[in-house]
Amino acid sequence: MKQKEIAALLDEPACAHNAKDKSGCAKLKPGATAGGCSFDGAQIALLPIADVAHIVHGSIACAGNSWDNRGARSSGPSLYKIGMTTDLTEQDVIMGRSEKRLFLGIKQAIDSYKPAAVFVYNTCVPALTGDDVGAVCKEAQKRWGTPVVSVDAAGFYGTKNLGNRIAGETMVTQVCGTREPDPVPPGIEHEGFKVHDVNLVAEYNIAGELWNVLPLLDELGLRVLCSLSGDARFHEVQTMHRAEVNMMVCSKAMINVARKLKETYGTPWFEGSFYGVADVSQALRDFARIIDDPDLTRRTEALIAREEAKIHAALEPYRARLQGRKVLLYTGGVKSWSIISALQDLGMTVVATGTRKSTEEDKARIRALMGEDAVMIEDGNPRGLIDRVRENGVDILIAGGRNLYTALKARIPFLDINQEREFGYAGYVGMVELARQLCLTVESPIWDAVRRPAPWAAVAGHAQPAPVQSLSLAANESAPVEVPSHA
Amino acid sequence: MPEIIKRNKALSVSPLKASNTVGAALAFLGFNRTIPMLHGSQGCTAFGKIFFVRHFREPIPLQTTAIDQVSAIMGSEAQVVEGLKTICEKSAPDLIGLPTTGLVETQGADIEMAVRVFRETWPQFAGTAVVPVSTPDFTGCMESGYAQATKAIIETLVPTRAEAGTRPGRRERQVNVLPGSHLTPGDIEYLKELIEAFGLSPMVLPDLSDSLDGHLPETDYNPLTIGGTRVSDLASVGDAVATLVIGASMDAAADALAERTGVPDHRFAHLMDMDAVDGLVMTLSRIADRPVPAKVERQRAQLQDALLDCHFMLGMSRFAVAAEPDLLVGFSRMLASVGSEVVAAVAPANAPALQDVAAREVKIGDLEDLEIAARERDAEILIGNSHAVHTAERLGIPLLRAGFPQYDRVGGFQRTWIGYRGTRDAIFDLANLLLGEERGEIHPYRSTLKQRPESECEMPRPN
Repeated sequence: MKQKEIAALLDEPACAHNAKDKSGCAKLKPGATAGGCSFDGAQIALLPIADVAHIVHGSIACAGNSWDNRGARSSGPSLYKIGMTTDLTEQDVIMGRSEKRLFLGIKQAIDSYKPAAVFVYNTCVPALTGDDVGAVCKEAQKRWGTPVVSVDAAGFYGTKNLGNRIAGETMVTQVCGTREPDPVPPGIEHEGFKVHDVNLVAEYNIAGELWNVLPLLDELGLRVLCSLSGDARFHEVQTMHRAEVNMMVCSKAMINVARKLKETYGTPWFEGSFYGVADVSQALRDFARIIDDPDLTRRTEALIAREEAKIHAALEPYRARLQGRKVLLYTGGVKSWSIISALQDLGMTVVATGTRKSTEEDKARIRALMGEDAVMIEDGNPRGLIDRVRENGVDILIAGGRNLYTALKARIPFLDINQEREFGYAGYVGMVELARQLCLTVESPIWDAVRRPAPWAAVAGHAQPAPVQSLSLAANESAPVEVPSHA
Repeated sequence: MPEIIKRNKALSVSPLKASNTVGAALAFLGFNRTIPMLHGSQGCTAFGKIFFVRHFREPIPLQTTAIDQVSAIMGSEAQVVEGLKTICEKSAPDLIGLPTTGLVETQGADIEMAVRVFRETWPQFAGTAVVPVSTPDFTGCMESGYAQATKAIIETLVPTRAEAGTRPGRRERQVNVLPGSHLTPGDIEYLKELIEAFGLSPMVLPDLSDSLDGHLPETDYNPLTIGGTRVSDLASVGDAVATLVIGASMDAAADALAERTGVPDHRFAHLMDMDAVDGLVMTLSRIADRPVPAKVERQRAQLQDALLDCHFMLGMSRFAVAAEPDLLVGFSRMLASVGSEVVAAVAPANAPALQDVAAREVKIGDLEDLEIAARERDAEILIGNSHAVHTAERLGIPLLRAGFPQYDRVGGFQRTWIGYRGTRDAIFDLANLLLGEERGEIHPYRSTLKQRPESECEMPRPN
């Protein structure tokens, strides 16, 4: 990919960050850099498309160390779970045989697994030797008649976020608009019930959480043409241009997709979240508002009233247990605000939130939820996070898997919120799982056990080890705090 | 000797291989107050970190030289120098490991020179050892990277006899151990206990049992490894009475150590059956000049008893094994020793050790190759890493998890496979898996000439 094209991708007019330094351009600091590369980002964004053969073109590290390590689930095909890579050898690199290997590899994938399409992810080594992956893909598609899409996001192009954008851009320019949606099955639409087509952009169906939401959309007659890319199929991505409205579920990752679909096909979009009762309801209302079908609006309000009543009752016992607990939230992008409202729903207090990967809109939403003086953490190095937990008497750290063992080694209760997690928190019912997981760690009896020195440490007259600063955990010790209303 | 069948397809599907580079990182993680910095793009490190975090369930110190578009094209030496300086300033480690990736090797990076420039520019960081090692991921596999890094550590940090005036046997109770990457923290801990049982004192390099298993330090955050071999101890390995080398992958590292120090070594391809463990125990007894402790004899008897109990299940049973070369050798020998057969064997990369695999052929390949061979030859049990879960599901046979990575179970990383006791536990588990299968089961025959009601087949259960 040319420098010019990368610069164009980093120029995102729909993003309020745009006037600032581009994250993708910011020079990484050797010896002090955390996070994935562009290839990582591109793969995360597209891998959940379940009936595609995803081929990583490169030496073994890119696929071998990472395949099948995401929590995105499929309701049907499992082809996406099979790691495929050209696994380039020294001979391939030196003798210039890697393009040929890729070409034959595409054939092998098609012959063995009959995929709906093949996606080829370029990586550092072939990008450096100058493989023309795009040309190989075009030729392969021509030869074997299966769509072959080149995703040119080698690791050294930049950050994971740039990779997300390259992936989105590739879908919009190469796949969307290449097929018309199937007609709505007969017998579903009737007087007062019209089906409307929508897309979910940057929803990955982690741990199957999309399935907490889809029944609601089905009930309202909102047909998800495509969720990019959770539990998606290739032919669904092809039809994204026909949606009446796009919901941008994670703005940081694929804001360019929503913008481009608007520019190219005029599809309106809104940004929303399925985390937290208030946000789920808001998302449903936003669909109804933009589609502007009075009938849909009426049914939406009825559904929200019913579901909210149900979930508030289900959460009541958890609310009593979690009331007033303090949370430190350190996660990226949309989750920096959407999870806040979910936690506030449960009566918890968010003392600070991470904003390293947040857009300006994300930050504005955070201020709306936490007040103007909301504490935002830009640099979440492990030492700093632990210090903040101690300073603020935090009961639980909620962050990505990267920080799991940082927290546990410091004996701090932890909840994983990123893509490797095993539980889905989206939708109304997802809140119950979230509450259960929070209680499970915060109230666990192990915390006392892991903080207590061995009984003989003092008895034997050994120097007492420095006591690990204990956190206030008993509910009745928590200072009363003001709980923002979720209404 | 098995026939080695080379890769013959364009794609690797369901890869078995983890990279040379992360293997090198693993070796460095066995040293105290250390951090490896992979010379590559940031993703190389991010993936490597997740790989190890999910396997060990421990925080893994790992940094990157963060190659970007400019340094990928214009040269990356400055990135190395800056990265080393940044880490030294921040956490003053005892050791920084510097394995290269495919990216910078393709570029032609000269890491030796970069380290020299670092030394000249920043003499104040002389207290931190730096060990560069060339481990591009387009050659080898995890096992080879680990072995190469261990060799590089020896060549950089173990002084020669002439330099340090060391003398083999001056420390008459010290025994060096070079454990291959196939040994788990549990295996290494067992080895240390066995060596200590002979009144000897083990010096393991690298020592993953001390760095990647169950630390809960008083300080709540550490940017470096906690535990593992101390870099300062490397100065005296030349005084040891002997060196034990486990796994043929460590041969080159062992050669380097022997050449530099003159300490005699004893090499073991594996320690996963009675013969192999007998060899180790006899060796230790000779080195220590002591009889074998009663405790060890007892464990041997327990293994013999287990062989008696298990041979009914394990005899003539059919296994499919996917593992890196040394581990594959160990499992195939263990299975052969109980009368089982390895009908499908796959290794991610070629190595001389594969000549010792007890199987008709070994395929250099991936889990797809394993699946095809296992199906063709009716394997009854699969042995492989967590990725092989899907393979086993599709084959409809049970899986015993071994090797890297194991992310879908807790504790797999520390399981002890070696020694009399480890071997016994492994054959118990394998026999139990076979007991769970309906082998040789004769299904009930219901005569068509009799009028028994269908309902009699229902399970009796209380109302």
